[in-house]
Amino acid sequence: MHLETRKLLTITTEAALEQSVLEDLDRLGAHGYTIVDARGRGHRGSRNASWDLTSNIRIEVVCPEQVAEAIVTHIREHYYANYAMIVFLSDVDVLRPEKF
Amino acid sequence: MTSSIDPIVLFFLLGLIAGLLRSELRLPQAIYEFLTVLLLLAIGLKGGIELAKQPFGELLMPLLAVIIMGTMLPLVAYPILSLVGRFKRADAASIAAHYGSVSVGTYAVAIAYLGAQQIDYEAYMPLFVVVLEVPAILVGIVMARGVSRDTDWGKLAHEVFLGKGVVLLMGGLFIGWIAGPEGVEPIAPMFFDLFKGVLALFLLEMGLIAASQIGGLRRYGLFIVGFGILFPLFAATIGTVLGWMLGLSTGGTILLATLAASASYIAVPAAMRLTVPEANPTLSISASLGVTFPFNILVGIPLYHQFVNLIQNLGG
Repeated sequence: MHLETRKLLTITTEAALEQSVLEDLDRLGAHGYTIVDARGRGHRGSRNASWDLTSNIRIEVVCPEQVAEAIVTHIREHYYANYAMIVFLSDVDVLRPEKF
Repeated sequence: MTSSIDPIVLFFLLGLIAGLLRSELRLPQAIYEFLTVLLLLAIGLKGGIELAKQPFGELLMPLLAVIIMGTMLPLVAYPILSLVGRFKRADAASIAAHYGSVSVGTYAVAIAYLGAQQIDYEAYMPLFVVVLEVPAILVGIVMARGVSRDTDWGKLAHEVFLGKGVVLLMGGLFIGWIAGPEGVEPIAPMFFDLFKGVLALFLLEMGLIAASQIGGLRRYGLFIVGFGILFPLFAATIGTVLGWMLGLSTGGTILLATLAASASYIAVPAAMRLTVPEANPTLSISASLGVTFPFNILVGIPLYHQFVNLIQNLGG
């Protein structure tokens, strides 16, 4: 079985940012993403999703390394200062590299 | 006049107390959203049906006056927040925008209050809710950013005019207006007969949410509490005087006073989060949900009723 390595980019942030971040992902070359509703606690306090303003989402993108870096750079510059946001990268092995 | 407490207010207190005692009680977010949708549509439909019975006519003047009120309120709030409260520019502008805009939840409780007291009000009041929601957001953004900076007005207009509140209120108004009283009859049990039950559940959740804002209040202190009570009293006075000058009925004036006194917690926070991200959302939400909403529900609405009685006695 042939496997190729790609980056898995995980973004956990405020639900209010969904539209804005998705536009960024499209523009910066991500071919797809998965979004799930999330809850949790961080240094901006508990975000328990009891209503709109305390809702979180987790966005996952599998993409080539340079796309991941472009997204991370953009996100760091535009959102880190003012929004609740966690971003991390990990390596994943994929079966169909042409999809990502 | 009866002095017994409306049970829907007790639902709010139940949520508040359960929240303060850290009960595990929680409504699923989807339910909360569903209740909001029902309330917005019910308010819109009711207004639309009444509008179908009578011609539009003299609506323009009152609507214009109400829009001016919605624009002025944040302009008055800003210097108080900035000079007395010593908030940063973005925070002062954001809180001011919350207080210039309106809370549909508070409006719904005021309608239930008028219903219980059998006081009539003008059919077009939901239009006031719609037109009051918007101007304060724009004023708030201009106060925080100025006009020259690169605000994406197209995106902002989309956010403001196509937000849940405006779409559902206007949608309900149109449906009620087109369908008329008989047309709406089959869906009336859902939207009108269940209104107070839906409102009770909504207020239960609002109590829980308000209780969760207490932490923010503890952090930002007395000024927020004082502002969250005194500014609505001032705004309600303006609303009462305006309603009286426009020649509204007792019920209509109480509703206008309540709208002026209420602070947004749906449309404005969402718009501010995107356009003025450096403003701390906890500040404005602690004030609007932790102080002003409970104050209006528990004390404000009956008090504004007294305001209106007073001005009508004085004015003859």
